Amino acid sequence: MTLTFIAIACTAALVYNRLVPDRWRGWMLMGASIVAIYALQPFTAIRQLDFVLPTFTLVLTIACWLFTRAAGPFAQDDYAALLFTVVLVLAVSATRYLVPELRLTSRPPETPLVALALILTAGGIVLLWRTPYLAHDRLSIAMLMLIALLVMIKYEPLTIGLSSVLRSWRGQDVTLAASTDWSWLGFSYVAFRLIHTLRDRQTGQLPPVSLREYVTYVIFFPAYTAGPIDRAERFAIDYRALPALTAARLTEGLGRIVVGIMKKFVLADTLALLSLDATRAAQVTSAGGLWLLLYVYAFRLFFDFSGYTDIAIGIGILYGVQLPENFDRPYLRNNIAAFWQSWHMTLSGWVRFYIFSPLSRWLLSKPKRPPLILILLIGHLTTMIVIGLWHGISGPFVLWGAWHGLGLFVHKVWSDRTRKAYLRLRQRPRLRQAWTVLGVALTFHFVLLGWVWFALPDLESALSVFRRLFGL
Amino acid sequence: MIGWKWLTQPPATWALVVRVIVKAALWFVLFNLAFAGFDGIEVLNRVSLYNGLVPGRQRLPYGEDSRAYNLSLNSLDAMFASHVITQPKAADEYRVVLIGDSSVWGILLKPEETLAGVINAAQLTLADGRQVRAYNLGHPILALSKDLLILEHVLREDADLIIWLTTLQSFPRSKQLDAPLVQHNADDLRRLFRAYPLNYDMDDPRLSEPSFLDRTIIGQRRNLADWLRLQLYGAMWGMTGIDQYIPPDGEARTADFEADISWEGYSEPQPLTEDLLAFDMLGTGQQMVGEVPLLLINEPIFMSDGQNSELRYNLWYPRWAYDRYRARYEAAAEANHWRYLDLWDLVDGAEFTDSPVHLTPAGSRQLAERVAAEIRTIANRGP
Repeated sequence: MTLTFIAIACTAALVYNRLVPDRWRGWMLMGASIVAIYALQPFTAIRQLDFVLPTFTLVLTIACWLFTRAAGPFAQDDYAALLFTVVLVLAVSATRYLVPELRLTSRPPETPLVALALILTAGGIVLLWRTPYLAHDRLSIAMLMLIALLVMIKYEPLTIGLSSVLRSWRGQDVTLAASTDWSWLGFSYVAFRLIHTLRDRQTGQLPPVSLREYVTYVIFFPAYTAGPIDRAERFAIDYRALPALTAARLTEGLGRIVVGIMKKFVLADTLALLSLDATRAAQVTSAGGLWLLLYVYAFRLFFDFSGYTDIAIGIGILYGVQLPENFDRPYLRNNIAAFWQSWHMTLSGWVRFYIFSPLSRWLLSKPKRPPLILILLIGHLTTMIVIGLWHGISGPFVLWGAWHGLGLFVHKVWSDRTRKAYLRLRQRPRLRQAWTVLGVALTFHFVLLGWVWFALPDLESALSVFRRLFGL
Repeated sequence: MIGWKWLTQPPATWALVVRVIVKAALWFVLFNLAFAGFDGIEVLNRVSLYNGLVPGRQRLPYGEDSRAYNLSLNSLDAMFASHVITQPKAADEYRVVLIGDSSVWGILLKPEETLAGVINAAQLTLADGRQVRAYNLGHPILALSKDLLILEHVLREDADLIIWLTTLQSFPRSKQLDAPLVQHNADDLRRLFRAYPLNYDMDDPRLSEPSFLDRTIIGQRRNLADWLRLQLYGAMWGMTGIDQYIPPDGEARTADFEADISWEGYSEPQPLTEDLLAFDMLGTGQQMVGEVPLLLINEPIFMSDGQNSELRYNLWYPRWAYDRYRARYEAAAEANHWRYLDLWDLVDGAEFTDSPVHLTPAGSRQLAERVAAEIRTIANRGP
């Protein structure tokens, strides 16, 4: 999200609140989100992929809605939403006939070709939807496909291989194939939103949502690039009653945006000049220097990500949608469990809900139940490794996940065993305060050291930094 | 909302919103006016973390490669504030300042491999016991006007000897006002034009006067960002000592040329008159330094023995132009009693890197040996 995009979104919000009648606001949000995912998608080296990827996001979204919708006839609103989406996609493709400055993407494919591709894709989806022997497993298959797509864009060798195939097909230089060819903006978040709805449909927890609500929820433009990961049922409540702009909402929304801009574009971007990365890790030889880079990295990451979240929440408020919070002073938490309840809260909530809890329940329900402590270890490790893999399929991310999984496990065991002693501290407030301060320092430094895995691209350089941090 | 009560607690009304916007706008205008009125950027550029929190730089800031902790900026004050030369002079120090172009700055050389670096490594001691300490104040722009601006700043730093290395490419009069660094320091240059007999038009459109708006925070946003970036890079410079990315396999200078003798748009040999070459800038430099000895050096160039080398010495210089320039320089030095060394052929051809004047570490050592001998001679001779 650039400053220009934020300025356009804020200005458009004022127009939207002033000029758009209540009944059209939902449609406006949907249309704006569809247009935004094309505008936000970065240029890719493979020709027309920057048009294809957002279009594919829309196709996946509509397919998942079809799979998750309750039985019964389609509503008129759903037909209208489908038509609206198709018209907008065709309109974006028609920008190929305009001057480059007026295009949302690089030169899109020819409009009739896009129309044909959409018809064929729609046919395929309907076929899949209507195939009786797939009826039972349709949701599971869709989830597996989404996971496969995530693996494909997160696992570099696979991404490069796929890029070579596409380059060869497009007649482009195969030797230049790179993982950056597949910068599919927002898909990590889109996939988790889609999986949430598919899984909730499977367990019967997803309330009925219209196609318009569903599409807008999945690709809602303020949260498209960097979250937060909202829940469909919560989003739908806001979406069905988009309020008029009040002074309170304007103050709150613009306030959050200004704070977010300061965090992201002033603090984080400034700290980026001094934060840990592979080049600097190789250049800096002193332990003190490496600690400085690491501290700077930790704060840069926080300001960058929480700044984006503030901007997303602020823009959401201006349009009448209250997105969930994602950060709550995480570096001031006095244990690792509390840290994960305040850092990227919507992601940690998602994995707790869809991985940790079901996995723990499944292990507990096994006839030959493993020991509780083992269940706890497996649960924490698996959950955190999934979070690591979500960021990228590589050794350092797995180790980063394992680092936090072990941290959560140790904390759980420790807190269970020291609960009584901790409760006794209530009578001694000073000691309790000192204990809390020590906990904050320990937690922060545990998280800080974990960022070494996160910041560096390979195990060798991460291990080298660990050694040098401690003068080994 | 978690942690955001401060934003939502006051009873927000439209009147409050308008008041906030009006007040914010007024404060913004006021800050800008104050910043412009007090020349805020001038004050800020003299503030530096270098030589305090972080070590001073061995050479002036220059370059834009993310792998090196350096940047090109327009403020000479900020550049000097970051340089090690602004540290107090030691009692037994004989301060030698080297000014000039990219060959002095040391393109493709580490700070310790530059001319100044090699002289310092030699740890020269003079007859009176003073230690020679050389400072690299070169800057990779080919223009004598830029050297004069740097010289003006150098004179505040208590130099005992100034060495000014030049090459023909810095002399064309038509190019003297082209460099952005010169244009952004137009006020300083105009002051020099007024103080010394320099043949330039003070109203040249390239030397535009900054408007009041240009001096506000808005107008100075680029310079403010540069200042901040320079300070932040200080930490990385201090930790790594890296101020230039040196590619492992650099591009070599060309040794074969077309049969072409053109130079600066002249396809045929021309007399190198006063209108064409800015020798008056060297004279001005001599006047500016006053009692401080100034040594002028015609720096070494690459001499090709490749194709058409009978027409050109190298990519920059056809033989006719360079030979005439040397003759003219020699004559000017003699007529004006300048201390002058012509070291054009001092360094072997193999010791040049990507341009006709950029040296390898070995080439730099060759040059340093000769310059160090001259420093001893001048210093031991006394004022």
